[in-house]
Amino acid sequence: MMSRLRQPSVLPGFGLTLGFTLGYLCLIVLIPLAMAFSKAFEVSWSEFWGIVTAPRVLASYRLTFGASFLAAAVNTGFGLVVAWVLVRYRFPGKRLVDALVDLPFALPTAVAGITLTTLYSSNGLIGQFLKPLGLKVAFTPLGIIVALIFISLPFVVRTVQPVLEDLEHEVEEAATSLGAGRWQIFYRIIFPAIRPALLTGFTLAFARAIGEYGSVIFIAGNLPMVSEITPLLIVSKLEQYDYQGAAAVSVVMLIISFILLLLINLLQRWSRLRHG
Amino acid sequence: MSAPIPKTLSTTTEPPLIRSALLGVALIFLSLFLFLPLVAVFYEALRKGIGVYLAAISDPYALSAIQLTLLSVAFAVPLNMVFGIAAAWAIAKFEFWGKSVLITLIDLPFAVSPVIAGLIYVLLFGAQGWLGPWLAEQNIKIIFAVPGIVLATVFVTVPFIARELIPLMQAQGTEEEEAALVLGASGWITFWRITLPNIKWGLMYGVVLCTARAMGEFGAVSVVSGHIRGLTNTLPLHIEILYNEYQFAAAFACASLLTLLALVILAIKTLIEHYTSTQRQPSSAGETA
Repeated sequence: MMSRLRQPSVLPGFGLTLGFTLGYLCLIVLIPLAMAFSKAFEVSWSEFWGIVTAPRVLASYRLTFGASFLAAAVNTGFGLVVAWVLVRYRFPGKRLVDALVDLPFALPTAVAGITLTTLYSSNGLIGQFLKPLGLKVAFTPLGIIVALIFISLPFVVRTVQPVLEDLEHEVEEAATSLGAGRWQIFYRIIFPAIRPALLTGFTLAFARAIGEYGSVIFIAGNLPMVSEITPLLIVSKLEQYDYQGAAAVSVVMLIISFILLLLINLLQRWSRLRHG
Repeated sequence: MSAPIPKTLSTTTEPPLIRSALLGVALIFLSLFLFLPLVAVFYEALRKGIGVYLAAISDPYALSAIQLTLLSVAFAVPLNMVFGIAAAWAIAKFEFWGKSVLITLIDLPFAVSPVIAGLIYVLLFGAQGWLGPWLAEQNIKIIFAVPGIVLATVFVTVPFIARELIPLMQAQGTEEEEAALVLGASGWITFWRITLPNIKWGLMYGVVLCTARAMGEFGAVSVVSGHIRGLTNTLPLHIEILYNEYQFAAAFACASLLTLLALVILAIKTLIEHYTSTQRQPSSAGETA
């Protein structure tokens, strides 16, 4: 049976390693995840629907997806500029800047949360300059966007950077010699080449942002209907021993995450095809 | 021979003004969202003086939080290392049906919100959970206890090492292992002598990333921990408690420890990248991410 499903190989250990991989994934990931689904659907479909479309829950989706979308969009724009500068220009401290771009991956989210809150609160280092402009960041939905920008910052930079590095200069030189301006070259030649990577980076950033909890809860203010993100809502349902409700909202989030994961896989395949 | 020959790149770069503008935009953006927060951690930590700093990180609760954090790392990293190597061996060295589905399944914990990672273990092992009554009979406590924290940490770090090894081993192919086997080496010897030396940098990189995430995990651990001081508090949870009690200097002192660790991790990562790119320039050119 197994030999028909796989191509023959002289290497040993297929059964052992695949068996271990599947067993481990089932025990640690799949069976526990199935729990959320089974708990969520202990009630009837209409009750489930009622839980996941309650006004407070809907408000949390709007906030979570809206803030994540904006944060991913900001990171797509600025991430492209950062990637461009890192690949194309020379400046002092470039290698340090390049290494530090990954900081949000290495820094625990709780640390990011308390630090950003301190910086962006109305008497903080950055917040004090925003206050006269009438901008309140910490403890408002704007603060959520700031935290999400931080935690998803590396994605676009790191997906676009290798593609920009591999672009051939000859094509741009040819375009220049044919009379194209820099802007024309950018949107006719460079942009189409990096578009799959930009989209992949955006989706990765968005997918990361919608699940984020640690950094957001410090800066958000956490008011129901106003600044309560969906992961926090799940936690507060859990703290009130509303396991049913927590599982139901989680299932909605899980399904959206699965769809995004699928989308990311498709985008990466597209990216590889374009990129060669 | 009148006009100087322009530098090679000048035909395919922007005018100086736009160049400086783009560089300025990039650096201001990174300053506001990356560099200032990094500096602020240490500034806030040391603001009340070195005495407060040292007292905060040598507090018994802080020490027990550090201990528990290290304990969950000690479980999560080796388990996910064995998993990563096994998964990469099966996926990279063999062609089989359903492989891309398996790769997606390995990525799953990346896509799941940490809060949900904690929740599913509460649903499984909690007092109201599926195994809850049975566990209570056996007098085994998983949720609001150390095993739950370890499990949640293992869950969120499952993909890290596998993700590093799979593309690396796929790029390396199977020729070297096949040659060793043809020459009479056993499977284990082939793995130890051929495969492991080939993947050591990727493995190290994966271990570093896995350690970072395991030490810093907050959401998943927060849900299963119960926040019992001195017992089920990891370092990130300890920081949260201190911060919520307005002990800002102490919170940032503990945060600075994790930040230092993050910087060490970035340094190791940069070194490994530098080393592997100078070692295997031609073969690593095709790799992304």
